[in-house]
Amino acid sequence: MALPIMAVLVFFLVLPILMIVTVSFWQATEFSIIPAFDLENYEFLFGSNVTYRVFFNTFKYAFITWVFTLSIGFTVAYFLAFHVRSLTWQIVLFLLCTIPFWTSNIIRMISWIPFLGRNGIANSTLISWGVIDEPLDWLLFSDFAVILAFVHLYTLFMVVPIFNTMMRIDKSLIEAARDAGASGTQILWNVIIPLTKPGIMIGTIFVVTLVMGDFITVRFMSGSQSANVGRLISNDIALLAYPSASATAVVLLLTVLIVIGILLRFVDIRKEL
Amino acid sequence: MEPRPRSFYILSAFFALFLLFLYGPTITIAILSFQGPGGGLTFPMQGTSLHWFRDLFEQQAVGDIWGSFRRSFVLGLMVMVTTVVLSVMGGLAFRKKFRGSSILFYLIITSLVIPSILISLGVGLIFSQSGLNVHWSTSGFGSQLTWTLPFGLLIMFAVFNRFDKSYEEAARDLGATSWQTLRHVVLPIIGPSLIGVALFGFTLSYDEFARTLLTAGSYNTLPLEIFGMTTNVTTPVLYALGTLTTVFSLLMIGLFLSLALWSTRRKARVGSDAGKGML
Repeated sequence: MALPIMAVLVFFLVLPILMIVTVSFWQATEFSIIPAFDLENYEFLFGSNVTYRVFFNTFKYAFITWVFTLSIGFTVAYFLAFHVRSLTWQIVLFLLCTIPFWTSNIIRMISWIPFLGRNGIANSTLISWGVIDEPLDWLLFSDFAVILAFVHLYTLFMVVPIFNTMMRIDKSLIEAARDAGASGTQILWNVIIPLTKPGIMIGTIFVVTLVMGDFITVRFMSGSQSANVGRLISNDIALLAYPSASATAVVLLLTVLIVIGILLRFVDIRKEL
Repeated sequence: MEPRPRSFYILSAFFALFLLFLYGPTITIAILSFQGPGGGLTFPMQGTSLHWFRDLFEQQAVGDIWGSFRRSFVLGLMVMVTTVVLSVMGGLAFRKKFRGSSILFYLIITSLVIPSILISLGVGLIFSQSGLNVHWSTSGFGSQLTWTLPFGLLIMFAVFNRFDKSYEEAARDLGATSWQTLRHVVLPIIGPSLIGVALFGFTLSYDEFARTLLTAGSYNTLPLEIFGMTTNVTTPVLYALGTLTTVFSLLMIGLFLSLALWSTRRKARVGSDAGKGML
């Protein structure tokens, strides 16, 4: 029964990874790639300052996005799980949060243009309020826009797992805490947050890996002015430099897997489904 | 009922702002796509018109929007059917431990967390090095499955974790074959969840960009076409297209959700106890 899935994953996941690892040792000329066993791609990668800067940038995006998606996602899930009292409303509001996930990311990125552009809504509103005199240039095509788009696209990856674990918290635990004299903040800090940890971890895995593996959001929202590792790879691909793209991809994959490995120590995914 | 605490109102306001943040931009481009013929990419509106929508239906200067829409739609259906079938099979298989089950489980997680561009690059390399042509219906199809299958399977895991096995045992005790048990007992119980899997399969494929980037070949899918337009189209026609495909996505989501609602209601009405097989 599990054979077809195994076959798909072997052919479209395992083999591609092996292929990338192999090609990362190959050599490239301007027109073709040549099988070889050569560490040159890695030497170049680790010898270049650009690599370290770009990796640092990738972690920076991941961290800042994580902070925002977690705080927004937790608050939203908390509201849905503990303040909305009827199940129907919970489902309706929850669906409202998840529907954008099933629509196009690219269009959701494009839709920030009228907001953030030089003559966009944000700038004209701020000018009309007298907050600024000249339009801000850093709204669109900047790190700010990149992070904003990430938060916009990925917060629901936090909302869903956190809401899921919160819904399974036994309400009598909270009553018990209240009866024992705990204040709202104490209940939140000492009861709800510890019990929600698995959901937080799953959301974190989603957000961190999506942001670390991204290349299109960074390219589009920074107007090609910032780079992360994904963009480094896609630039190499555009130049047909597949071996060097592969070497970068291998390092990125290892980095992501190490991060996941660390996060998985805090949660048993199979138990949480 | 006890009165609402003050925090309820603060959190409600926060939630409303969050929804505004989620939907505001999309609604904005929907409004702007009705921009008059002389209008630009941002406010103010220079009159209202259907000019930019009409543009979409005329001969395209660049690309082939309707062809790419057709391809995306067909591909979405292919991915949807495959995802549903394989996820059910996988979900059934995972109810028992089998050889390689934990390897497969980790492969599924890897498939979910691997940066999309690696799939694109790797599949593209395999096809080009073995002399095969990349095409949306072969390499593109397989690459998208690596994104939809994990979601389908995780949903099936969640479903079967809550599945009451005594219904199956009862069927077996009454002499049902394993196929009959599956067909008349298991599938009706998990039916509504399959609609959820189908929803994921279709929409994730329809909107997938990164995994199809290097694996779609010379015929673009719609997201690739739209991305191509962002670099050379600077008129609201981009918004008109965005609005149309978003409306299409919303229609599909609405269709799936009403199907799920309908099938749950039908069970309640027909009086079958099928839906109660969930713990």
